Amino acid sequence: MKYSEEVVIEAGHGAKNYWKDLWKNRELLWILSKRDLSVRYKQTAIGAAWAVLRPFATTVVMVFVFSKIARLKGDVGIPYPLMVLAGITIWNLFANTFTQISHSILINSNLVTKTYFPRLIMPLSSVIVGFIDFLISLFLYAVIAIWYQHPPNWQIILLPVFVLLSLLAALSFGLIFAVMNVRFRDIGQLIPFLVQIGFYVCPIAYSGKLVEANHDVWWYDIYYLNPLVSIIDGFKWCLLGDGAFFNIEHLYSAMGIIALTLGISIYYFRKEENSFVDYI
Amino acid sequence: MQVIVAEDISKKYIIDHQKAMRKSSTLRDTFSEKFKHFFGKGEQDEIEKEEFWALRDVNFTVEQGDRVGIVGHNGAGKSTLLKILSKITEPSAGKVTIKGRVASLLEVGTGFHPELTGRENIYLNGAILGMKKHEIKAAFDSIIDFAGVEKFLDTPVKRYSSGMYVRLGFAISAHLSPEILIIDEVLAVGDADFQKKCLGKMRDVSESGRTILFVSHNLAAVQSLCNRAFYFEHGQLKMQGDTTHVVNNYLSHVAKTNLEHYWETPEQGPGNDQVRFRTVRIDPDFQEGKNYIDVRTSVKVHIEFWNMLERADLNLSLHLYAFTGECIFNVGTTSQSFEKGLVTATLEIPGNFLNDGSYVISIMVVKDTSTVLFQLPEALSFEVEDHREGVTWYGKWPGYVRPQLNFQINQSEVLV
Repeated sequence: MKYSEEVVIEAGHGAKNYWKDLWKNRELLWILSKRDLSVRYKQTAIGAAWAVLRPFATTVVMVFVFSKIARLKGDVGIPYPLMVLAGITIWNLFANTFTQISHSILINSNLVTKTYFPRLIMPLSSVIVGFIDFLISLFLYAVIAIWYQHPPNWQIILLPVFVLLSLLAALSFGLIFAVMNVRFRDIGQLIPFLVQIGFYVCPIAYSGKLVEANHDVWWYDIYYLNPLVSIIDGFKWCLLGDGAFFNIEHLYSAMGIIALTLGISIYYFRKEENSFVDYI
Repeated sequence: MQVIVAEDISKKYIIDHQKAMRKSSTLRDTFSEKFKHFFGKGEQDEIEKEEFWALRDVNFTVEQGDRVGIVGHNGAGKSTLLKILSKITEPSAGKVTIKGRVASLLEVGTGFHPELTGRENIYLNGAILGMKKHEIKAAFDSIIDFAGVEKFLDTPVKRYSSGMYVRLGFAISAHLSPEILIIDEVLAVGDADFQKKCLGKMRDVSESGRTILFVSHNLAAVQSLCNRAFYFEHGQLKMQGDTTHVVNNYLSHVAKTNLEHYWETPEQGPGNDQVRFRTVRIDPDFQEGKNYIDVRTSVKVHIEFWNMLERADLNLSLHLYAFTGECIFNVGTTSQSFEKGLVTATLEIPGNFLNDGSYVISIMVVKDTSTVLFQLPEALSFEVEDHREGVTWYGKWPGYVRPQLNFQINQSEVLV
């Protein structure tokens, strides 16, 4: 009999062929994502319509509060509701993916305790789920943009870059929280709180121009340490055109921060993943 | 050829005594501990940490085609071993080398999602167990046929009966084609008919030259399926070798028996000023090569007591209780007149009469067939182990007794 593989299990050594294993398990990755997607709207009356309804309702409320009550001004030549919706679309991509990644190990604890596969499959399947939800809300944006007769310019071709950056940011922060969530259930309490803060800190319901106007204030640099800020600005710029505020210089530092965090979080995840089962 | 080589594997868990009540520690605890240490405090209320070795220095090899049964008490380290072999958890020390594709079945229907239909769950569970999509497709009809759930394929599994659920789960895993199969107690579930199917399937697997590791408390199944056995105790591999030998050894350690009491003088023996017991004892007539009582073994109950009464009409009454408290039978000797002195009685409980299980004997001394002089409530206890021949079913045999009665079956007519 010819043996397909030889495995050595040793203390403190991760599996040697980890990345190969991950590739071999790509079908599992896909099927776990499919499970999460198809389970979500089972036994609901309006089903997948929720994916559209939620960002739509948030937009309506935000537009009412910021535009009608607070009387904030958007960028010149851009319908305010469209700007808010674009911001919400990219923010939801990040926030939903980040939240799901953070819980991905815990909600699959029955798999973690009973089978082996590269544990990165679980957060990665959350990334796929987040991305598919995003496609649905992007469709909503397209419909509303047609309503406002505001077609995108050439920048639209750069849209995938910002989508990718947003997913990488979600992964890099999410992995750290996912690992910590296994040991400390505090994380579960912390995440909705962080997401809520992020919603106001990031330029979603207001234009980045308002921040830029304060460039000599002490918190200006700190504000841009948040890599999401320039991702959101960039995404809005891609959809809304030249009129939208976007300072590309901030994007470089954002990319650097994301790359660094991603490296650290993957290292941390790989180091801890073999002990998940002992703490879950 | 050796397909599994385990060298000195150990697994250590740390148990926090202070936090024993909590399921998981909180961030605050961790920070406050760090804080206390930083300031040199916390010496007194240091968390009491205890090391617990779930496995300690375990060495073994498994040859290709071996069917290894793993036996031992709960908490002996069997499941930890399986988890290490299936890469679910890593050992604290030591090394295992495995040659070949491993599939482990630590649970039936791992990852089944209650909201998904039977069909969707077949693909989900198959993928979790490491099957490729085309493999699942190829086996699909055979899986639903084996599980017998054709009608409910598009029903969410939350609406399944527990039997259907288990059948579907096992059916999927039965269609895995690993070189090494690791199984934990899956036979504990399902009805008799289904268990028979499972064992048949496992036999097929082993006959095709694949290696099986099988943890079970069902010793009859282990003996029938496995050619080798490991006996674990307190995280150590206490014994390995030929199945019958290892299982015998295990059983003779397990049996919670109380086979003999002897009191040298009447003053020591239990009783009163009328009667006092001297000996109560069970003498099993073991089967050849066995040193435990199984369903075939006949046992003799010996009783000796001092009669302190002048010329009394006495008889003994013996109750046999199941472990759960039900009385299986009550037998009495004839009443006879005895002088002061020792009285001896023997009762033979034949083999092929009691079912497997735990039993307790109580003994009464009765005067004039009506007055109880003294009762020894839990005089003796013993266990009867299972044994089966010529059957391929290993579920719990029902009933308190398992007599061999004359039960004839004949072909009375042949249809042409």
